[in-house]
Amino acid sequence: MSVLYIVLPLALLVVGVAVFAFVWAAKRGQFDDLETPAIRALHDDPAARAHEEPKSPRREKP
Amino acid sequence: MALAEAPFREAAAREGEPGVRCTHCGLPVPSGMEAGGIGEPIFCCAGCATVYGILREGGLDAYYQMAERRQAPVSATGRRFEEFDHPSYHELYVTARPDGLLETYFYLEGVACGSCVWLVERVPLLVPGMSRAELDARRARVLVVWDGASVALSSIARTLDTLGYRPHPYRGLRAEALRRSEDRAALARIGVAGAIAVNTMLAALALYSGWLTGMEPAYERYFRWISLLLVTPAMFGPGLVFFRGAWGAIRTRSLHMDLPIAIALAAGYGRGLTNTVTDSGPIYFDGVTLLIFLLLVGRFLQQRAQRAAGDSAELLYSLSPSTARVVEGETAREIPVEALLPGMIVEVRADETLPADGVVVEGRSALDLSLLTGESRLATVEMGAPVFAGTVNRGARLRMRVDRAGEATRLGRILREAEAGALRRAPVVALADRMSGAFVLAVLALALATLALWWRTSPSFAVDQAIALLIVTCPCALALATPLAVSVAIGRAARSGILVRGGAALESLARPGTIFLDKTGTVTEGRTALLSWEGPEDAKPLVLALERHSSHPLARGFEAAWAGIAAPEATEALYTAGGGLEGVVGGCRVVVGSPAFVAASAKAGAQAAESGEGTPVWVAVDGEVVGRARFGDKVRADAGESLAWLRARGFTPRLLSGDDPSVVASVGAALGFAPDACRGAATPEEKLRVVEEESRRGPVVMVGDGVNDAAAIARATVGVGVSGGAEASLAAADVYLTRPGLGSLVALVDGAQRTLHVIRRNIVFSIAYNLVGAGLAMAGLINPLLAAILMPASSMTVVLASWKSTTFETKS
Repeated sequence: MSVLYIVLPLALLVVGVAVFAFVWAAKRGQFDDLETPAIRALHDDPAARAHEEPKSPRREKP
Repeated sequence: MALAEAPFREAAAREGEPGVRCTHCGLPVPSGMEAGGIGEPIFCCAGCATVYGILREGGLDAYYQMAERRQAPVSATGRRFEEFDHPSYHELYVTARPDGLLETYFYLEGVACGSCVWLVERVPLLVPGMSRAELDARRARVLVVWDGASVALSSIARTLDTLGYRPHPYRGLRAEALRRSEDRAALARIGVAGAIAVNTMLAALALYSGWLTGMEPAYERYFRWISLLLVTPAMFGPGLVFFRGAWGAIRTRSLHMDLPIAIALAAGYGRGLTNTVTDSGPIYFDGVTLLIFLLLVGRFLQQRAQRAAGDSAELLYSLSPSTARVVEGETAREIPVEALLPGMIVEVRADETLPADGVVVEGRSALDLSLLTGESRLATVEMGAPVFAGTVNRGARLRMRVDRAGEATRLGRILREAEAGALRRAPVVALADRMSGAFVLAVLALALATLALWWRTSPSFAVDQAIALLIVTCPCALALATPLAVSVAIGRAARSGILVRGGAALESLARPGTIFLDKTGTVTEGRTALLSWEGPEDAKPLVLALERHSSHPLARGFEAAWAGIAAPEATEALYTAGGGLEGVVGGCRVVVGSPAFVAASAKAGAQAAESGEGTPVWVAVDGEVVGRARFGDKVRADAGESLAWLRARGFTPRLLSGDDPSVVASVGAALGFAPDACRGAATPEEKLRVVEEESRRGPVVMVGDGVNDAAAIARATVGVGVSGGAEASLAAADVYLTRPGLGSLVALVDGAQRTLHVIRRNIVFSIAYNLVGAGLAMAGLINPLLAAILMPASSMTVVLASWKSTTFETKS
């Protein structure tokens, strides 16, 4: 059972990474609007994408 | 491919269906519009044709391949939107980005479905120099990014308008940014607390299993330290919110649910910490983390429901006009109201709101003062007459000289008064918060009793049981009871057109008190309409024929009331200001106007004197007075029924109006008000004073629509704004009714009472659970496992009871 001493901290580390990722996403406003991106994904066509500014940041902090 | 396909499909539709459908919006095409052969595009209106042209030219034909398109004809306003280029507009609404581009937000009218997202976000392809448009479909708000050097904001606005999405400046951006960062922080807190709660519970599961089946002490210690490692960031991260709240409550000596919560959290964490370090006794870390998580979720839900209602109210607020048409030489140019200066000449067209205080310099018209003063009768103004911001021009075009603008106007003064009124209002303490004081005392007393009871048996056991009592009696369910019931209620209310901006308002509305009702626009419809007509049917076409030549509001009243009647042609029509109209219709000399005017041109025998409600209008044909009409403000159809309902529920409705006392009295008498419950000729200041006085005696609800009600609305225990009202009353109100009529007020009060009922039931549930927990702790029977089962069980009961509640059910 001594494997617990390694596995548990590892598991907690993974949780820590996931929590950090969530907080990062939440603070950057990824959850501000949960409806429009779903609609946008349906319409995004490659032709229109090419016209957009290259490598534009999708969303920035206000 | 798309180029050929759209018209082709239209042609197929033409063969299959009897009605021809518009290529752009898919609605039936009116018969007069049909043009072009089979296979050619066809449109229901010029707006749709323009958009089709723009989209084809811009290479956006893919729009017509979408399955779900907006089914509405495009109605562009054709405005120039020049005010968007004005420096003062840029100062207020436009931000410069670090990359040198400019950005601003617009509210868009007409955003309806998925295709709107597609189209709006491709507007940059149509406007060179515009780099990005990002639409938030739920809030109908678009972020526009453009290069200030190569394109003007007005030209972007015009393109949006042409496509059928009328842009409005987005106000309250700063407040919005603040709220957004608050929302994001709350969400992050929930995420952290949730992850920690789940993992602590896994560790607790191992400990409980070990407790039942045996576990090596080394592993047990290991799991206890792991739990401590997990709970610490939860306490000092997300959990800090409750300690801040509790500290604030202590400092301001007010009551707040955070206080008992903080006590329980501190007790659980402190005892768990010492027990882990000394390796003895129970730890409560699983319970503590779960508590933090559940409470944060409850709070977030309530906030979100209130935000959604607030957002909708703000949208309405943004739709109110914010520009003035300034006359310079021969041309008129639109500028933001904020940029108006004394001395400017402003043009105000029919049905527009006056942007500033000043004097009429050209034209003659009738002004609707009802939003500013409550006066229901239209005021006639001409050269040299003083006019005020916030009144609506109901007649012909006027030009006025601005004397006072912005804050200095009478409207501005009233708005400041409203702000001051809101500050003077005593905050409503929610039922759950009010209970928290007694709750803390009772819990502390019980904990001390437990300590005393077990001290002689074993001091350490006594401490453990007292701490256990503090934890199990943590008012988790109690603290969830109100937010959940309120958030469910606010969400349902919004669906029936009632926007509630705070949970406290619902609780206050549930208790019977005095309801002050504004008359004009609230109890009545707030516009001049034909009340009665005494005269022959065949006189109606004659009147209509003559009224066609007038832009007077009474003329429109006739047209609205007799919409189905065809009118012949009138000749020699002549308008006398302050009198009426005369002319020849079908060979008869017809005179329509005030009794004095008509009597003067009629043969002897006509008596001009007349009394009663509203404005009398007489009709004479060939010198004979044949018809008598009365114009006035109609009482809303559902007013009587709604007032009876409110009285039956123990409320005391009273009329508080700025209109003429005799009009108020007659409306009041018709609706069953006692004479002393009706008050007329009340200025905004008087309304505020009456509400202030009455609110010393009990809860006061103020219902109104005008600027003149704003201060009273802000000061009342609960302020209710009514559909169609001024933005000032909207900004001051706690609740906004988007549907006209007093029926919504009844639905609001009924829903509020049901909500309070649900809150009370939840509180009874949670107190009952706390009594059981406290009893077990005092009897020395509690342990961490029992606490960990009892706590979520009680919270779940409350959650389910709130979700199943039937507040604000639509009755229709």
